[in-house]
Amino acid sequence: MESVFARLEPLLPRVQKPVQYVGGELNAVVKPWGEDAGTVRWALMYPDAYEVGLPNQGVQILYEVLNEQPDTLAERTYAVWPDLEALMREHGVPQFTVDGHRPVGAFDLLGVSFATELGYTNLLTALDLAGIPLRAADRDETHPVVLAGGHAAFNPEPVAEFVDAAVMGDGEQIVTAITAVVRDWKRAGRPGGRDQLLARLAAGGGVYVPRFYDVDYAPDGRLAAVTPNRPGVPARVAKHTVADLDAWPYPAKPLVPLAETVHERFSVEIFRGCTRGCRFCQAGMITRPVRERSITTIGAMVQAGLEASGFAEVGLLSLSSADHSEIAEISTDLADRYQGSNTSLSLPSTRVDAFNVTLAEELSRNGRRSGLTFAPEGGSERMRTVINKMVTEDDLIRTVSTAYAAGWRQVKLYFMCGLPTETDDDVLQVATLAREVIKAGREASGRRDIRCTVSIGGFVPKPHTPFQWAAQLGHEQTDQRLRLLREEIRRDRDYAKAIGLRYHDGKPGIVEGLLSRGDRRVAAVIRAAWEDGARFDGWSEHFSYDRWAAAAERALAGTGVDLDWYTTRERAHDEVLPWDHLDAGLDKQWLWDDWQEALDPDAVDVEDCRWSPCYFCGVCPSLGSSIEVGPTGRRLLPVVPAP
Amino acid sequence: MTDSPPRGRVVNSPAPHPQRPVVQRLRVQYAKRGRLRFTSVRDFQRALERALRRAEVPVAWSQGFSPHPRISYANAVPTGVASEAEYVELALAERRDPEQVAAALDAALPDGLDVVRVVQAEGPSLGELLTGPQAASSWLLQLPGVAPETLAAALDALLAQPAVLVPRVTKSGRTQVDVRAALVSVQVGASPANGPGEDDACAILRAVVRHGTPSVRPDDVLAGLTAVAGLALPVPPVATRLAQGPFDEKTGSVADPLA
Repeated sequence: MESVFARLEPLLPRVQKPVQYVGGELNAVVKPWGEDAGTVRWALMYPDAYEVGLPNQGVQILYEVLNEQPDTLAERTYAVWPDLEALMREHGVPQFTVDGHRPVGAFDLLGVSFATELGYTNLLTALDLAGIPLRAADRDETHPVVLAGGHAAFNPEPVAEFVDAAVMGDGEQIVTAITAVVRDWKRAGRPGGRDQLLARLAAGGGVYVPRFYDVDYAPDGRLAAVTPNRPGVPARVAKHTVADLDAWPYPAKPLVPLAETVHERFSVEIFRGCTRGCRFCQAGMITRPVRERSITTIGAMVQAGLEASGFAEVGLLSLSSADHSEIAEISTDLADRYQGSNTSLSLPSTRVDAFNVTLAEELSRNGRRSGLTFAPEGGSERMRTVINKMVTEDDLIRTVSTAYAAGWRQVKLYFMCGLPTETDDDVLQVATLAREVIKAGREASGRRDIRCTVSIGGFVPKPHTPFQWAAQLGHEQTDQRLRLLREEIRRDRDYAKAIGLRYHDGKPGIVEGLLSRGDRRVAAVIRAAWEDGARFDGWSEHFSYDRWAAAAERALAGTGVDLDWYTTRERAHDEVLPWDHLDAGLDKQWLWDDWQEALDPDAVDVEDCRWSPCYFCGVCPSLGSSIEVGPTGRRLLPVVPAP
Repeated sequence: MTDSPPRGRVVNSPAPHPQRPVVQRLRVQYAKRGRLRFTSVRDFQRALERALRRAEVPVAWSQGFSPHPRISYANAVPTGVASEAEYVELALAERRDPEQVAAALDAALPDGLDVVRVVQAEGPSLGELLTGPQAASSWLLQLPGVAPETLAAALDALLAQPAVLVPRVTKSGRTQVDVRAALVSVQVGASPANGPGEDDACAILRAVVRHGTPSVRPDDVLAGLTAVAGLALPVPPVATRLAQGPFDEKTGSVADPLA
């Protein structure tokens, strides 16, 4: 397959940051295209700009896992910015991979990792540039199978019209299984064409093929049923769970970009899943159960990753990194190991806990101190009970006092606005809390120049969470509450200067809400917005609420439902949700009961099942998985540098 | 949207770490080739720092709250321009054999960022050798879609002018550079056809250009040709720096800065 680079190259001097399109990263792989009929070729796409997509762990892991397989090749493609898109259209250059600069349309599979729903329009641009029909129904067997993954794929219904299939959960094992199905079908001479290939993929039970399911609507516009329309297709499709992370130590050869990206470090996922039970958190719900990587595997991965990349920083990733059963040993041993090597270690944990500060101090022994961020999420005690975030004001004050006393001059606090049952007062209490933080910080440090930054975002209800039934707060009310908060922070001049406020307006959250909890009818909205120029919707300079609102009005005319129906409407217990046939392992009745407990002022906290008895969320029995945590009791040995 | 962001720089750093002293300085000549000519100066800096770590070259680090590797960069080509003659100086905390550093560093850098040679630093600084009117570069410009005769005629027109001023935006604002004054010598050629059936014209321009403040760059020369003679460039040209160093007035050539 010929490279399109010779046609792309003359366009590059005319675009911003051309280096993002040339590939050539350290540890990138360009395998021969292969003549064998059984060669399976994947194009992996992160549907955002290269600078955001390159560091993505999911894509890097699958890229490596696939390229290690014989007769399999994987290359990467990212969203091109509008300046290059226009030139590619003018000069007939197709969507390309950055590895071999091969046309995406020539691959067998196009796997798209949706970390967020705001990447949907970028998929349409890529399909269009690749010459792949936008509608899956219009494709034939010469076109790649378009496969969605990532967290947003837990409700792929809004893009069901554009993707051939979706996969939920961990990708390490299922990509090889999919590759085998495609290989067998190709070797057998592609019997039954595209339909037969998709049927074979669906038959395994772990690949969702939307075209094999019919959606019926009730007269009031709600869903009536989602049912398989052919035999051999499961009624519900299950997510994938890798039980033993030690058996999958990827990325082993991290991609080192030439262009500047959002994360310039080597990241190791120290565990997957989270059972703290925060009711707003989709990631915590859909990645259960908790599976730890052992201290020894983490140590080996860090060492090998640094040697293979030359990165000067290591990130210990997870949804709540301070919760690893041996995090103290990991921090101490890594800090010892890299003493004097100008290697920074960072722990992107937001747990409100003095222990977290101790860990951060330990990790910063050798180099730069990263910022400290804590996420109380709710401004008032009441709100934090509703969302099951078990943090008291005392916890927060104790934690920030420790941080300021230890020399940090600035901490960041994360909050959400628009949570269920929230009132203006709940949000205003963010200001009170921030003042208490500054007061405590001034006392603990004995200085006046300490600061705190309050970062507050609009809450978007997500599928497979206890808040999946909740009404989203309208953007006008969100903006009004944030305005009140800003005034409240400014009111007390003694503190106002020490408190920074960062927030986004409520409009992008409404579009995200539409795309998160939408059904198949939303596809027409996405297409209309895209045709009207929607691109890079996660970027405020490219996002247009008016464009989306107009697209929704046009595309949903006559359906009886509208933008508000999808976003600010509370759902009833008996309502069929668009993702009910997609099994994240969570028992729907448990989610409902948890939602009811959130609304009950007298309800008690739901404890973490790692340290408390099982509360029957349903994941472990339904998926045959179990919690995999230490401690192992092992320690890391110092690595002696070569003489 | 940001409201009253924290003002001033807030340092969250612990006490500075002691760093090892400098015991040796090495000068590296490297090339920026092919598609990697699209790397910016900053892109190269990151790639070099990582390659030095992978190659285990014992670079010395600066003292202070945010230590950084002690590497001096001088007069790099702009993004999109290729080069056979870029230079950096490394300060090392342990002595190393320059040839071994060259081999290890070249292996650790991505293909297209290639080490040409490494020598022990001596004499005037890289900045003194490579910047100012006493220094010059030798350039090769490939101009696809331009006939050699057209280019030759445009050059004649430019050389006939007493001065050719081209606007340039720099960090300190708008200024002008005199392309004519900087141009020491030019030579026009034609590249052989790229392949069978390809008979598109591709003029080749070789030029020796004096440095200055700011330095005249290949795109300034082309802008001068367009301004004076209306030279049209249907396809973006590819520029390559072949050499840079002290300008030898007697021979009119560029001397080796590492000699």
